[in-house]
Amino acid sequence: MGKGSARALALALAVLLACSDVAVVTAQDTERIEGSAGDVLEDNPVGRLKVYIYDLPSKYNKKLLKKDPRCLNHMFAAEIFMHRFLLSSVVRTFNPEEADWFYTPVYTTCDLTPSGLPLPFKSPRMMRSAIQLIATNWPYWNRSEGADHFFVTPHDFGACFHYQEEKAIGRGILPLLQRATLVQTFGQKNHVCLKDGSITIPPFAPPQKMQTHLIPADTPRSIFVYFRGLFYDTGNDPEGGYYARGARASVWENFKNNPLFDISTDHPPTYYEDMQRSVFCLCPLGWAPWSPRLVEAVVFGCIPVIIADDIVLPFADAIPWEDIGVFVAEEDVPRLDSILTSIPTDVILRKQRLLANPSMKQAMLFPQPAQPGDAFHQILNGLARKLPHGDNVFLKPGERILNWTAGPPGDLKPW
Amino acid sequence: MMKSLLPQSQLRRSSVATAARSAAGGDGSAADGGGGAGAGAKAPASSTFWFLLHALCCLISLFLGFRFSRLLFFLLFSTTALYHSTTSSSSAAVLRATTTTTTTTTTTTTTTNTFTLSFAAANPPPSNPANRTALEAAAAGADKGGTSGNPQSHVVVGRHGIRIRPWPHPDPVEVMRAHQIMERVQEEQRRWYGVKEPRQVLVVTPTYSRAFQALHLTGLLHSLRNVPYPLTWIVVEAGGSTNATASLLARSGLTFVHIPFPDRMPHEWADRHATENRMRIHALRAIRERKMDGVVVFADDSNVHSMELFDEVQKVQWMGAVSVGILAHTGTAEQPRLSEEEKQNMPLPVQGPACNSSGHLAGWHTFNSLPFSGKTATVVGEAAPVLPKGLEWAGFVLNSRMLWKDAEGKPDWVKDLDAVGENGEEIENPLNLLNDPSSVEPLGNCGKKVLLWWLRVEARADSKFPQGWVIEPPLDVVVPAKRTPWPETTTELPSELLEDKQEQDDRRLSRANKSSRPRSTTKRQGKEN
Repeated sequence: MGKGSARALALALAVLLACSDVAVVTAQDTERIEGSAGDVLEDNPVGRLKVYIYDLPSKYNKKLLKKDPRCLNHMFAAEIFMHRFLLSSVVRTFNPEEADWFYTPVYTTCDLTPSGLPLPFKSPRMMRSAIQLIATNWPYWNRSEGADHFFVTPHDFGACFHYQEEKAIGRGILPLLQRATLVQTFGQKNHVCLKDGSITIPPFAPPQKMQTHLIPADTPRSIFVYFRGLFYDTGNDPEGGYYARGARASVWENFKNNPLFDISTDHPPTYYEDMQRSVFCLCPLGWAPWSPRLVEAVVFGCIPVIIADDIVLPFADAIPWEDIGVFVAEEDVPRLDSILTSIPTDVILRKQRLLANPSMKQAMLFPQPAQPGDAFHQILNGLARKLPHGDNVFLKPGERILNWTAGPPGDLKPW
Repeated sequence: MMKSLLPQSQLRRSSVATAARSAAGGDGSAADGGGGAGAGAKAPASSTFWFLLHALCCLISLFLGFRFSRLLFFLLFSTTALYHSTTSSSSAAVLRATTTTTTTTTTTTTTTNTFTLSFAAANPPPSNPANRTALEAAAAGADKGGTSGNPQSHVVVGRHGIRIRPWPHPDPVEVMRAHQIMERVQEEQRRWYGVKEPRQVLVVTPTYSRAFQALHLTGLLHSLRNVPYPLTWIVVEAGGSTNATASLLARSGLTFVHIPFPDRMPHEWADRHATENRMRIHALRAIRERKMDGVVVFADDSNVHSMELFDEVQKVQWMGAVSVGILAHTGTAEQPRLSEEEKQNMPLPVQGPACNSSGHLAGWHTFNSLPFSGKTATVVGEAAPVLPKGLEWAGFVLNSRMLWKDAEGKPDWVKDLDAVGENGEEIENPLNLLNDPSSVEPLGNCGKKVLLWWLRVEARADSKFPQGWVIEPPLDVVVPAKRTPWPETTTELPSELLEDKQEQDDRRLSRANKSSRPRSTTKRQGKEN
């Protein structure tokens, strides 16, 4: 009897080994991705946290969307899709007493100009009004003053709510949000608009659009460096030197005559196809350090060359960006060709293997409907990693930290 | 001293230039001006110096206005701030920084002065961040708010210089390195996504010596050289092997097998088709004898093949069919007049497999020769369209194991090669090698992709051409050009390496070449001895 079970065990073990062997030798060599938090990209957040969604009046979300459906297509659409994902997610709970995290669905960036750019001027008031609402109608805000609440603020400079960096720095993060967890696209070290404990997410890029432009994987990569975009922003920066801290202009001036660099301001219809034919894709900063190019580069297997000093990239604790992308300091841009050509070939091949990992590509996308391992799940994983809540999350009775009258007087007006 | 001279010339240049620009509002690049004056201000202060400086400023202000002198004073007190903390970069780096004075008066135009600073000397970077921000602060209009708020961060908001290196052009060594990287990446791509075990390609080409042979074989040779798989070129030559063909093959760098075929190539197209078929069977027998392993591709010497064809044929199991574009080139100046209806109904000039909806072979699409009826060429070299007869061999590929006497897994719908052609029957197309033609695999996305083109272009059978395309002397007509860049009298070519006889020949050659100039109107005949 013992022999029989031992044999069964041995068989099971052999089968298991065989299976794992098969899993390792796949069609293409990929490598498992491990960030500073460990091998967490494929974690399943279900069962590890519970999220309660406040039921705000539709003037904070649905009405804004109905007024301008373009909000679903721009780079900041993550806040809308996050709401939709959470509404039907398994982690949602209708009992706020058992919730670990509280979500406030307010679409602060859904105020678009005729040309489609979001205006942040009303966003602080909108956010403040939403917080006042939840503070008066539910007791959960006051018991922690927002420390177990999270907000999605995907705008240029996050919760500083301005598109101009100096003004954003001047405003700082909205005082009412100083204890909450912010889920934002902006990330730069030692910057006022990135507070500790924030979760950086990738900007929204439409996944279906990228899927329709895939080309056969054996198309040889024959472009060395690829970039399409502005180098000078003559509209907003006529003197030059402000836009991108001069880095994009430096790229242009140094490499416009270099045949290895396929860079221009064109809008070719083959933009996605060309990225799949390139070895390196430049992701320089613009007015803000992040850009959707990073997402596109990862999806298309092109090694991102990140030119943005002190940037904090999405899901930085789950994804080891140093191993995947190439970081070039802004002051080193004139030597970019030397830097890229001096990278050893096996390092380049390793980066491509990491990029080919499908969980890497999934983590950058916001597919509709949500799929395991995508950016929604990474956000939940990030929130789950912050659990259990520390001692300073819940306030002692009578303790008050937030100053409800702080901030510029314009913010205090009701919305 | 040089420094103090320099600013003045710069100033004069700048005064004219910026005066023109100041009205338009500077756009980031202007002549050099302020830096030199700022540097010049480091001279020891003496009253005469200051007086001269003041006079100079007044003169300049006449042109530029109040703004310039403000800029000058600003630069006087913050010259150290001009050097950013990035002097750690190479000393040869040139920093082109732009500064702007934004006037707070009612005028809205701004003047920009650009100055270049070379870091040849080791200028100490400013350790005081306040100076640095002062530069940007003045430009940005904000005071302390310039930094990102945290003293440890060195990322500063505001105006930055655009760093340009002195020679912004590619370095050839780096370009070579980049190409090596790309080759390695592409090799890796092939390994991941391409064909797992590339099989050898056996290319069967029937050929014979005629005027267009070198043209066709050279084209095919270059195509085959680009095939990324191991390849053997089996060339069957009608009329026996010639030295010209042999030397062309030897120079090709490919692995080849040159098989002579005893019969001469006939002059009629119908007979030529038949002879070519027999030559191909002969080649297949050679493959069988030598037990060559690989994929057999029938590449006629005048056809043109795409590289995707060779990638696609790697997928064949036993016998595959690809789509061939049939180019029936008319060859005459007269084009047949087609009505609109005829044009609409012109069939596709493609021969290939036709699939049903489930992707299986349903039949064959052949070239429709009806529109050409009666007007086709019968003799090789005739100026009329040459059409394929039935199915062309070029559209089929075989697994060479199909030809072997005994091979593992050889399907029973394949006839044994020895049984074919025994009774002298014509082998029209490779389907005759099979018992059951329905097992042919359609390749190239079920025939949707045309992977090669069939073309027959020949000169008249009696066309003369130099043997091996080497011109043997003598040539008989010598017509010198009217005007030559070199003097007519000295006919010595600057090639002392040649022997005397060769020298004379070359002279004759050069004379003959010169004769092709259109301007020569006088014909002087004569032979050079």
